Amino acid sequence: MRIGSVTLRDHWQEQRVFNTRLIAAAILVLLSVGVLVARLFVLQVVNYEHFRDLSQGNRVRIEPVPPTRGLIYDRNGIVLAENVPAYQLELVPEQVGDTSGALTSLLSLRLIRNDDLDRINNQIRRRRAFEGVPLRYRLSDEEVARFAVLRPHYPGIDIRARLARHYPAGPMAVHAIGYVSALDQADVQRIDEADYAGVTHIGKIGIEQALENALLGRPGHQQIMVNAQGRSLQRIAREAPLPGKDLYLTLDVRLQRAAEQALGDRRGAVVAIDPRDGSVLALVSTPGYDPNQFGEGLTQQQFAELAGNRDNPLFNRALRGHYPPGSTVKPMLALAALHYNARTISEEQICPGHYMLPGDDHRYRDWKKEGHGTVDMVSSIEQSCDVYFYELAAQLGIDRMHEFMTRFGFGEATGIDISGEKRGLMPSRDWKRRAFSEPAERVWFPGETLITGIGQGFTLSTPLQLAHATATLAARGERFKPQLVRAVRDPVTGEIKTRLPQRLPGLGDIDPVHWDTVIDGMTAVVHGEQGTARGIARDLQYRLAGKTGTAQVFSIGQEEEYDEEEVEERLRHHALFIAFAPIEDPQIAISVIVENAGSGSAAAAPVARAVLDTWLQPVSVQAER
Amino acid sequence: MIFDEARQFRETRPLGLIARTLRTLHLDGPLLVGLIALACLGMVILYSAAGQDGDIVVRQAVRFGAGLAAMFLLAQVPPHFLRLWAPYFYFLALVLLLLVIVTGDVGKGAQRWLDLGLIRFQPSEIMKIALPLMAAWYLHQRSLPPGLLTIIVLTIMVITPVVLIGIQPDLGTALLIASSGAIVVLLAGVSLRFIAVCSGLGLALAPALWLTMKDYQRSRVLTFLDPESDPLGAGYHIIQSKIAIGSGGVFGKGWNNGSQAQLEFLPERSTDFIFAVLGEEFGLLGLLTLLVLYLVIVGRGLWIASQAQNTFSRLLAGAISLTFFVYLIVNAGMVSGLLPVVGVPLPLVSYGGTSMVTLMAAFGILMSIHTNRKLLST
Repeated sequence: MRIGSVTLRDHWQEQRVFNTRLIAAAILVLLSVGVLVARLFVLQVVNYEHFRDLSQGNRVRIEPVPPTRGLIYDRNGIVLAENVPAYQLELVPEQVGDTSGALTSLLSLRLIRNDDLDRINNQIRRRRAFEGVPLRYRLSDEEVARFAVLRPHYPGIDIRARLARHYPAGPMAVHAIGYVSALDQADVQRIDEADYAGVTHIGKIGIEQALENALLGRPGHQQIMVNAQGRSLQRIAREAPLPGKDLYLTLDVRLQRAAEQALGDRRGAVVAIDPRDGSVLALVSTPGYDPNQFGEGLTQQQFAELAGNRDNPLFNRALRGHYPPGSTVKPMLALAALHYNARTISEEQICPGHYMLPGDDHRYRDWKKEGHGTVDMVSSIEQSCDVYFYELAAQLGIDRMHEFMTRFGFGEATGIDISGEKRGLMPSRDWKRRAFSEPAERVWFPGETLITGIGQGFTLSTPLQLAHATATLAARGERFKPQLVRAVRDPVTGEIKTRLPQRLPGLGDIDPVHWDTVIDGMTAVVHGEQGTARGIARDLQYRLAGKTGTAQVFSIGQEEEYDEEEVEERLRHHALFIAFAPIEDPQIAISVIVENAGSGSAAAAPVARAVLDTWLQPVSVQAER
Repeated sequence: MIFDEARQFRETRPLGLIARTLRTLHLDGPLLVGLIALACLGMVILYSAAGQDGDIVVRQAVRFGAGLAAMFLLAQVPPHFLRLWAPYFYFLALVLLLLVIVTGDVGKGAQRWLDLGLIRFQPSEIMKIALPLMAAWYLHQRSLPPGLLTIIVLTIMVITPVVLIGIQPDLGTALLIASSGAIVVLLAGVSLRFIAVCSGLGLALAPALWLTMKDYQRSRVLTFLDPESDPLGAGYHIIQSKIAIGSGGVFGKGWNNGSQAQLEFLPERSTDFIFAVLGEEFGLLGLLTLLVLYLVIVGRGLWIASQAQNTFSRLLAGAISLTFFVYLIVNAGMVSGLLPVVGVPLPLVSYGGTSMVTLMAAFGILMSIHTNRKLLST
């Protein structure tokens, strides 16, 4: 029976132990309730008079004081985002009486907007009768004047000054800076209300969103003396809010402007990076939009205009635009071929204007029908000979191409300090196996290697990635994470914290001669006699290395309607250009994309030239000032 | 003959009919009455606490309705079925907790929510039920009192979700879930010496815990020790809530008449500090009524545990009832200044609450345990 007592469970014994514990627990429950009741007795009976007096004398309410949001400057201290006094229209329900009548008449005066009515009514119901409800966050000067005249007719409705976010340059650099808008439901669930006490707006995109925590600051509190009904009488004490931190960006307003002007009203993007530390000097995506309109809240109509615009101004092309890089990848692939000994520098090849794979009668065409004649590596970069790069790609193979291009950052997020960046796509056998479901499509075909060699096919990159890769070329393999924030300043202590450049894994050991060759090719693109971008070489005060690209647009969005003229325009090639300068000591690397503009040499290269000129040969008068 | 007549007599009585109906629906009368009474009292206070906002009360009623539905559904599931699924349920909850950490939405400065498109919820809520289920399932297969190995396994079982929730960070829920695990272990009959050793270890580890706490958590503990040190910041909650309760006296200031609550001196009136609103407006009598309702529910739960017929049901029923009590005492203790401010709502009364559905589901389990007993020879 000894064994039995080990294996068999004594259920009665277990139940007995359990019941003992349960009784102990019940006693504990009663004891703790006893303690609680004793505590309540002390508070409510023994000390009743003390607390009653405290509550009657409780005439001090604590109100939050919102902090001022940090300012945003460009690298030279020019203000990009500031706080300006704005006039808010407020309504105090108990003083108005007939609120719906007042709202209707304000509506007919166009002082409030139909879109805000739901929110206003909601807040009137929620808040206490003597608390102000904002009707409009921001009145224009004209509206302020208009209301000032009518004010005697609207008791209980008044204008209150507050600080509002203002972007003095309007749409300039909006895709980098972002904007703030009123806190919405989703924000309220995400944030800690204590951090946002009294705060009405939050950064939604760009720097405003990415550095929200630094820009926000910390709300303060003030003690308000109130009367028996809770109405504010006077302020007695105040714990000042902590203002948000000021940001100095790496952007240069002059360069940013030059790039935006050079693109004009065309759709496109420009990204300029300092290859020595990854500073983003300009980040342009056109068309843009005015971030100031988000502070007040968009009306349905404004939103429809922005969202329905087929040029898609809200879309950040620089970070999120996926474009085939086209021939701009040729210098990097040439470098790969040299590095893997797939080609020598001087090896020559005859370009008949097309290329064929053995055992396949498909003709892979060169952009120049009659061919380039005899070319070597430098001249095929200069003239952008496709046939040379078809064969080079075939020799390299997709695996090595993928491996090497990934080192330049293709197919990966660059890690820039604002969010929303797309990764692009650098295809590989492995990727194709995962991306397709049909067995026949999951195989990598040799022809796909060829078109990858001229930056077509599956390859996709963002303008930011292209600029980053160009900066890497300029720095001969050294890579830095693109950064938009240069320094953070604490407005209280005046202390400035500079953000250090962040080095990424570089390209590794590459023969300096290989770098020279590729850069010679890129130099010839602009300065050579047959360079595809020789058109921008005239009167150049410095030497620049570049590469043109022309990306085929394969298809148009399925949801778009067929409209002959429009479709033709939208099916044109994208124009691309990458460049860095000066060649001897590169200070700036740039990528330019102009959508549906035709060839890179005609449409994109001049944009790059205008930007580089601004950076490298400042107007002497301006320099002296 | 006489026997038959007696039965007939019993069944024709209206109370007998109700009892039979409840029994076929697998519901427990006393528990149901207690829960509904508590929720109703809660909504009366909420109306006042929310500044006479009817919408909020309606929304709370809808939540309670959802809770009742969850309770009803779970009451239909026999306990042996729950036992079968306990481990799967527990591991699912663990996976969801991991998902929250990897992908979760950041809400109120902490990562607690999981967005499944249609619904957004806190997996820690699921864990509140899953952990006691799992612990009871595990102990059901061991002989009791548990040996050292069993206790070690149990500890890992409890610590894993607690750590996952603690780093979200949601200290309040982590502590509650830890306590539900501890309750199962204690009920299972762990030796008292072992408990003593553990509490000693716990005290020794306290400084380490202090070092890992976030700033706001530390400030809460410090403020608890000396509320006056920060009267404008964290101490404000406790000071104002003590004033609210104390100034209510024995009979209170009357419904919708509490100056602390109505003039907004009292923070988080409709959520974590609703206990103080009741104390201010209905006085000591109101608070005692509330406590009696809680005691009815907890007492009935413990009775159900004592009548349960196997280890699994016993431990589960005991854990559910006692955890519910821990919620109450932690919240009431915090609001009356006995315990530090931890973000724990007053169960079934505070506004909001993914916790409403979870709590009611747990009571559904209690009802299932009670109504699925096999009547032994009588």
